[in-house]
Amino acid sequence: MAVDTGTREPAGVSGGEEANGHLEELRTDPIGLMQRVRDECGDVGKFILADREVVLLSGAEANEFFFRSPEEILDQAEAYPFMTPVFGEGVVFDASPERRREMLHNQALRDKFMRGHAATIAAEVEAMVAAWDDEGEIDLLEWFAELTMYTSSACLIGKRFRDELDGRFAVLFHDLEQGTDAIAYVDPYADIESFRKRDAARAELVSLVQGIMERRAAGPPAPEDERDLVDVLMSIKNPDGTDRFLPDEVTGMFISMMFAGHHTTSGTAAWTLIELLRNPDVLARVDDELAELYADGAEVSYQALREMPLLESSIKEALRLHPPLILLLRVAKEELEIEGFAIHAGQMVAASPSVSNRLPADFPEPDAFRPDRYLDPRDEDRLNPWTWIPFGAGRHRCVGQAFAMMQLKAIFSMLLLDWEFEPAQPPDTYRNDHSKMVVQLQQPCMVRYRRRAVARSNPGAGA
Amino acid sequence: MRIVVDRDLCQGHGVCESEAPGVFEVGKDHQVVVLDSEPPENRRSELEAAVRFCPTHALSIVDD
Repeated sequence: MAVDTGTREPAGVSGGEEANGHLEELRTDPIGLMQRVRDECGDVGKFILADREVVLLSGAEANEFFFRSPEEILDQAEAYPFMTPVFGEGVVFDASPERRREMLHNQALRDKFMRGHAATIAAEVEAMVAAWDDEGEIDLLEWFAELTMYTSSACLIGKRFRDELDGRFAVLFHDLEQGTDAIAYVDPYADIESFRKRDAARAELVSLVQGIMERRAAGPPAPEDERDLVDVLMSIKNPDGTDRFLPDEVTGMFISMMFAGHHTTSGTAAWTLIELLRNPDVLARVDDELAELYADGAEVSYQALREMPLLESSIKEALRLHPPLILLLRVAKEELEIEGFAIHAGQMVAASPSVSNRLPADFPEPDAFRPDRYLDPRDEDRLNPWTWIPFGAGRHRCVGQAFAMMQLKAIFSMLLLDWEFEPAQPPDTYRNDHSKMVVQLQQPCMVRYRRRAVARSNPGAGA
Repeated sequence: MRIVVDRDLCQGHGVCESEAPGVFEVGKDHQVVVLDSEPPENRRSELEAAVRFCPTHALSIVDD
């Protein structure tokens, strides 16, 4: 790091002469923009987002600085204006760290709850494939979005709540996810179609949750062992005896809990399957691994919590190549310096999983699907904790990582043991849609399935 | 053998507590407490599992 020489301003990336700087490019080709920042400016470079400068960091040293900085220095709360209308005012990003930890605790993400969650997930997959014929086609975006809606609601909020969900809920949730246009950096309440749908969807969700809360308040209390998070939140009172959490806040908490785990897991499931179909040699090895691990009739709820090296590595590699979050943002609260460059208070500071995950120095053959890079002794994820960042890193690292990995292992155990898949379109035509800050698979994204002649799963696996 | 916790990274998932009970405990404040900071050698494989499976890579073993 530079000493005594004073700090320099980071270089700005080319382009962005328009009124809102690089906003339009961010809405059409965000990965191209971020890669160009790295190519032209190095570890520390700038682009323009509406009326703000964004200092984009990459490489291990700059990323470590980004991920280790506490909230008082690099603040998350102001950095995601497109999320406030989705979650609602007062939810998540303005909660104190203590409050967030309390919520995490309520979310039942701790290790000791995982086995129960694995069984729940296996049962949800079983229920979804029960509707399949012996062969057919599925839309990966819609199928995994529906599945992960059920799994995340059942695991994070509870079975009782999940059983009240129907197709309506998934459609409303999709409208929320689509309401994350980067135009929010100009105006989060701009009068555009996707924001109008977002606001209507949130209002509708609040009324659905309010209806559930009112029915429960009027009905008999749930048996102790069937109580879910709705019951728990309803039981918390203020000192004066009034309800601590109103429907709007409960809905906001549920949206925020499910939001983080929904499009991310759904997209990763889809990309894991797509990459396995693009790499039949790896798929064959994953099939062999599953056959061996489940040969003695092990249950998915047991196995999904244990090592499944090649399946796990395939999921990690899908995550590296197609990270669900492509741009992580903070706002600098004071004057900072990194690698000799100045960051000024009020500037946005960013790290990009899409760019960092493909740094050629850390990940040889960066654009190729190579699950073996995670096997001992290469261990490329563990050896690059600040650049292998599909889950972020440091104090804001995804709190759902262990849950997500377990969930994906359970889903693919269930799917690959009993079904065979093949692409229903040329394999190189699967793509992400980057027009919103929430990245989703672009349609068409069809896959064919066929029941295996001999089922290999333990019939009781989902029980 | 000593256990070192990177406090910037620990999020209190409790995987270490499951892998090596009695050495780690995740308390009400959701931060890991190392109950036995210099555990006996015969627990090394459990501790290595705790280090390896920590979701936030917050643990390490130092051999002095």
